[in-house]
Amino acid sequence: MKTIRIEYFAILRERAGIADEVLQTAADTPAQLYSELELRHDFPARETLKVAVNDEFGSWDMHLQDGDRLVFIPPVAGG
Amino acid sequence: MTFRIESEALQPETWREDLQSPLCGAYASFEGWVRDNNDGHDVHKLEYQAYEALALKEGQRILAEAAKKFPIERALCVHRVGELVIGDLAVWVGVSSAHRDEAFRACRFIIDEVKHRVPIWKKEHYSDGDSGWVNCEACAAHDD
Repeated sequence: MKTIRIEYFAILRERAGIADEVLQTAADTPAQLYSELELRHDFPARETLKVAVNDEFGSWDMHLQDGDRLVFIPPVAGG
Repeated sequence: MTFRIESEALQPETWREDLQSPLCGAYASFEGWVRDNNDGHDVHKLEYQAYEALALKEGQRILAEAAKKFPIERALCVHRVGELVIGDLAVWVGVSSAHRDEAFRACRFIIDEVKHRVPIWKKEHYSDGDSGWVNCEACAAHDD
């Protein structure tokens, strides 16, 4: 099991009702972790989202390491 | 080349001077303001949220790309977060360069890339009490 810290923004923060959480998970990739959370928090489908690992853009199929910090990034709308 | 995020009202009055240089014969700036409507909805306020650690890195990368792509001298982009009302300044871009063409083009490049790439989100609050995260409601529509 790994310990992963997740920070939520925008629509995901509203759906989850929390700004962050620390999870013990067997998920090997951000995609697997998102699948777990999608149901629990009623998140939107993954297709339109990006992921960041340790404050840098990552990929959905990269291997998660113990202690990683994750942020799921819904479509942005700055400006 | 600096990208910043600020949570208080943007005060761009002095930023123009920061971009001045004896090498520069041109300066272009862009201001993005909060307007009172979007997609047929009456908007009465906006809320911007940023994933600051990554937003600052990505914003800085955009400015570096602009400097590589166009022969500009200095550039600054500042994005506001928090609650904004109609007429408030949400984003400011300024570029100085030897000639006007690259100042205009770099300014346009920076604001376009910032809107598409920097992890900042905008929630619109409508006059009818409804609200929504811009660009996110469609992706979340399946479970509404």
